[in-house]
Amino acid sequence: MSTVMPVPVTATGRPPAPRRSLRSRRLAGLVLLLAALVGAALLSVAVGAKPIPLDVVWDALVRPDPALEDHIVVGALRIPRTVLGLVAGAALGLAGALIQGHTRNPLADPGLLGVNAGAAFLVVVGIYVFGVTDPLGYVWLAFAGAAAASVAVFVLGSVGRAGATPVTLALAGSAVSALLAALTSAVVLIDVATLDAYRFWAVGSLAGRDGAVLTNVVWFLVAGALIALASAPALNALSLGDDVARSLGHSVRRTRVLGIVAITLLAGGATAACGPIAFVGLVVPHIVRTFTGPDYRWLLPASALSGAVLLLVGDVLGRVLVRPGELQVGIVLALVGAPFFIYLVRRRKMVHI
Amino acid sequence: MAVLTKAGPAGSRVPGRPALRRGRFSVVWRPRTVLVLALAALALFAGLVVNIGRGDFPISIGEVVAVLLGGGDRGQRFIVLDLRLPQSLTGALVGGALAVSGAITQAVARNPLASPDIIGITMGASATAVFVIVVGGGFGAVGGLLSSAGLPIAALVGGLLTAAVIYGLSWRKGIQGFRLVLVGIGINAMLLAVVQWLLVVAELYEAARATVWLTGSLNARGWEHVVPVALALVVLVPAALVLAHALGALQFGDDTARGLGMRVDRARTWLLVVAVGLAAVATASAGPIAFVALVAPQIAQRLVGAARPPIAASLLVGAALTVLADVVARTALPAPLPVGIVTAVIGAPYLLYLLARHGREART
Repeated sequence: MSTVMPVPVTATGRPPAPRRSLRSRRLAGLVLLLAALVGAALLSVAVGAKPIPLDVVWDALVRPDPALEDHIVVGALRIPRTVLGLVAGAALGLAGALIQGHTRNPLADPGLLGVNAGAAFLVVVGIYVFGVTDPLGYVWLAFAGAAAASVAVFVLGSVGRAGATPVTLALAGSAVSALLAALTSAVVLIDVATLDAYRFWAVGSLAGRDGAVLTNVVWFLVAGALIALASAPALNALSLGDDVARSLGHSVRRTRVLGIVAITLLAGGATAACGPIAFVGLVVPHIVRTFTGPDYRWLLPASALSGAVLLLVGDVLGRVLVRPGELQVGIVLALVGAPFFIYLVRRRKMVHI
Repeated sequence: MAVLTKAGPAGSRVPGRPALRRGRFSVVWRPRTVLVLALAALALFAGLVVNIGRGDFPISIGEVVAVLLGGGDRGQRFIVLDLRLPQSLTGALVGGALAVSGAITQAVARNPLASPDIIGITMGASATAVFVIVVGGGFGAVGGLLSSAGLPIAALVGGLLTAAVIYGLSWRKGIQGFRLVLVGIGINAMLLAVVQWLLVVAELYEAARATVWLTGSLNARGWEHVVPVALALVVLVPAALVLAHALGALQFGDDTARGLGMRVDRARTWLLVVAVGLAAVATASAGPIAFVALVAPQIAQRLVGAARPPIAASLLVGAALTVLADVVARTALPAPLPVGIVTAVIGAPYLLYLLARHGREART
């Protein structure tokens, strides 16, 4: 059941000194990730329907000139979009690492807790019943829906004696998601105008979100990230199994509840800002584990960094692939992430949910 | 004819259960199974009659039965035989096909979650159908070929191709049930992304049409939809019943089944071929009606009291469930909705109930 992968020891790593080599590899990995993040952010600012050379980007950042078209594009469109992608990607990566730790299921994804389905349902209800058409309105509806759905999944998944075990959480998540999806399509089928607004929300995208969207959710994301990073030691204990964690003096229940709160804040906030984006939370922890090992104190920050890189790169790819149009980042990531998921399933000796 | 024996040869006898025996073949006489089959058939017939009777032009139950037996006036005959009977029959056949497909995949994977809608077969059919609806004749030769073949055929081809891809990707020195489910989930997610993209680029009218199709609808289904599903059932259900004896041994795991002298991979491959065929044909006719393939075999299993989802009982339970859901979808709601929404609203709580019951069992 455990997600713990054997810590790979380098060819030169002699048994007496594995800590040192592991530590240096972790540091090197973090530095590489930071470099990749800077590169992805620069690409995200420079690439698009109107390509902007990097030196102009630099000028626009250092001494913006409101008279130049390129500088306006950079300042008003590309920078907010890049920052949003960075923050949302980091949140999704963190949420993914958290949910895989809490469910001890290497194939878990925040969508598993019903986050996406709950957000989608309330967005549709908001459009249909209250006539909300403003992206800022979507943000609050989506966040409320995501939070309500994940609380419902947690409560329903805890009805058994053992409490919220990995298996019951996963099953409750898929049941609640299916129910909400059916209700969502019922509303969408009754009203075509709702369908028209909903179908553009339902593909996760960074396009057309202005800075206000980000300022609305950023505090939820910060709070979620702080809870997540603080819970790293407890997650380490939890990955040894509930019984061992309990005997080591950890309150399993409290850790789980805090974990659900953090996942809801992070995944709910990111979904509220960008719409449903799958596979970031699934893929990122696997990539990161290859150099951090199973220690959550390293795994969590590294997951946040690579989540941001992945989302930015996906967004840039979406802008390049179908020029002059745009492929939404949610679709790009599903098309890239699903094959990776299948690769994982084929490569590893599979656990049983 | 089969001989009813109380005591077969020593060692092959189920204590207290008479068996029908004929040469190499034998069937254990289970009164409860027969009772369940009879009750499910009754529920199916009642559902059909009620469903045919209700609508904008109501026809009483007695008159519906009279028309079915060859009576009634011309107007009633037209409404019943040309409009409502094919729609209800499509529902029954599609529900039965999905349920049998689910019973087989659940038994083969030894996992109640392994229904064809979860492992992506129906999504393959859906993605192809949405492609045809949205792109139509455009997009070069592929679009032209698919749309000239018609929506159901295109969906069927898509479903079968997807199943072949899933099976190929799951193959690693044999098929493992769990890997099949997970690869299916991955393929499902990918196809879902394609569907969502198609919905975004589509005209609004086409997007609405595609959404109805994606939910699973029996609306405006005629005899041309009944015939292919009926043919598939006539061929594939007997095949499933014959192949099903392998399921008994497969329940014990591959090693034990091999030890019992079974060719595990061959048996499983043929069973899955049958399951995929049924699911693809059903989805091609009515769209991916949610949860029937997941729920009906589980209900049938509990009613019959069997160790694995039974084929025949699943067929009738699935058919009855779909027809009754269609009654609700068409007439009991403020606005008529596709049947797939009703089955999902019934099915999802059932999954939660399974979960809660599981929790209670763990407590005792």
